[in-house]
Amino acid sequence: MESKALALNIRRHAVRMTHLGKSSHVGAVLSMADILAVLYGAVIKKRPEDPRWPERDRFILSKGHAGAGVYAALAESGYFSVSDLSTHYANGSRLSGHVSHIGIPGVELSTGSLGHGLSVGAGMAYVAKLDSQPHRVYVLLGDGECDEGSIWEAVLFAAHHRLSNLIAVVDYNKLQSLATVEETLRLEPFADKWSAFGWKVVEVEGHDHDALATALDVDPAENSQPVCVIAHTVKGKGVSFMENSVLWHYRSPQGEEYEKAMMELGISKDER
Amino acid sequence: MRDEFVRTLTEIARQDQNVVLITGDLGFGVLTGFAREFPRQFLNIGVAEQNMTGVAVGMALEGRVVFTYSIGNFPTLRCLEQIRNDACYHKANVKIVSIGGGFCYGALGVSHHATEDLAIMRALPEITVVAPGDTVEVAAATRAIYRSPGTCYLRLGRGGEPRVHDSLRMFEIGKALQLFDGNDIAIMSTGGILKNAYDARQTLAERGYKVALYSVHTVKPIDRTTIQRIAETCSLVVTVEEHNILGGLGGAVAEVMAEMPRRRAVLKMIGLQDRFSCEVGDQEYLRSAYGLSVASIVETTEEAVKSVQSHEFQRR
Repeated sequence: MESKALALNIRRHAVRMTHLGKSSHVGAVLSMADILAVLYGAVIKKRPEDPRWPERDRFILSKGHAGAGVYAALAESGYFSVSDLSTHYANGSRLSGHVSHIGIPGVELSTGSLGHGLSVGAGMAYVAKLDSQPHRVYVLLGDGECDEGSIWEAVLFAAHHRLSNLIAVVDYNKLQSLATVEETLRLEPFADKWSAFGWKVVEVEGHDHDALATALDVDPAENSQPVCVIAHTVKGKGVSFMENSVLWHYRSPQGEEYEKAMMELGISKDER
Repeated sequence: MRDEFVRTLTEIARQDQNVVLITGDLGFGVLTGFAREFPRQFLNIGVAEQNMTGVAVGMALEGRVVFTYSIGNFPTLRCLEQIRNDACYHKANVKIVSIGGGFCYGALGVSHHATEDLAIMRALPEITVVAPGDTVEVAAATRAIYRSPGTCYLRLGRGGEPRVHDSLRMFEIGKALQLFDGNDIAIMSTGGILKNAYDARQTLAERGYKVALYSVHTVKPIDRTTIQRIAETCSLVVTVEEHNILGGLGGAVAEVMAEMPRRRAVLKMIGLQDRFSCEVGDQEYLRSAYGLSVASIVETTEEAVKSVQSHEFQRR
């Protein structure tokens, strides 16, 4: 699926899934929908019919609370049925709120506690480099997640071992759980930090698919550093009243809010 | 124990290039040979245990058998959530090795005493917890966890532990080793305190008791069959561990015995009495200070015998 269409579908699924599940984190999914869409629609080498294909690019969602987005991207890419998405959060479902690998093809790592994904991705990238395998490892991080010290342990490690096949993508929407990043725990100068740690840093507008595709389609042979793509995003992107609002980290779209969100995403009441 | 582990792992690594050893910047002088012989199978990852465990999981998910190595609580408690979520939940082939179980690092202080690790590791699903009793068990345990798929914790001593077994006829994860039979008292020991349990058993035997001795090298999965059998045949089961009294070997044995509909035995748990080992001294000094010397084990056992005798115990 073309990445723009995939992004729109991920957003529609995210709003519907968090509506049905009465669940949180819709803002966090909308924020990274374009990143996911470009990765799954245009960049990642994958075989949905053979999810363990050895040459696949690995993808880890380290900000596991936005799991609805990964489930939507995987289902839209053919890893499992799109109809399964409506079971998100339901009793007996395979689709838990935070990403789980149990029974879900295409999920490399279960996450949910922040600060775990980059180390595991670095381990995968280390083996690929040692074995001269050409695949890449993508780890999508949240900005609030970068408060975790374990992230910076992994950042040191990846640079020290020149893991140019490891790409960290930061969904930098500048809002975390209770307030802005700036008010909570300042990350700026953020790009300089990654650079100082020895990473190649690329800053992009995180909803511009062409810019994302260029930044994300890394050739590990081209340089000797791991790559950090800092994607400047808008939390809640695509639904006007969710954009840049801390409220929609936790709030679930119900009633009129749900109707309005779906209308903005181009779904009329009859189509739902 | 440490040297025996490294020696055994070296032999394994020669046969299997998938075996990797990651240290958290510890093992001065001990890992040099391994590092030199297997540059592609060795990694000093720095003082970063969370990253060590995460990287180990990533490598394991790509097919490697990864041993993480550090001392005391560093490879376990410091990165507990990485062990739980990343290693155990994914059944990753990560073998966590800690040097210095119990009071091995004596005078270094409480930070370096691993006295809750068995309980905490044992509480996690999808993990095997092994604490060998002497160097002979270490070699067998290292091979056993290498062959056993999934996440394992190997709790070792530091060095200089006395050898207790001449040789082992068999070593099976989850199966306690019987060193002596006897139907008055059964002593179950885990980890490097085995020699003290052995000597205490000797004294008790000389005093006329029939005392069985088991090295319970696997704390999880616990050997239910053996525990149930001795709880039916003996009057007193004594657990000995260089570990907090809560949740370790004693806890595991208690869980099994408590669910038995009928049993003969009473349980006495010997270990650190739910406190920090803040006395200053070497391992033997601390064992004495906290009731784990040979004399203390004998004394505590005889006291327990007396309380049992008051209603049931019959000295044979």
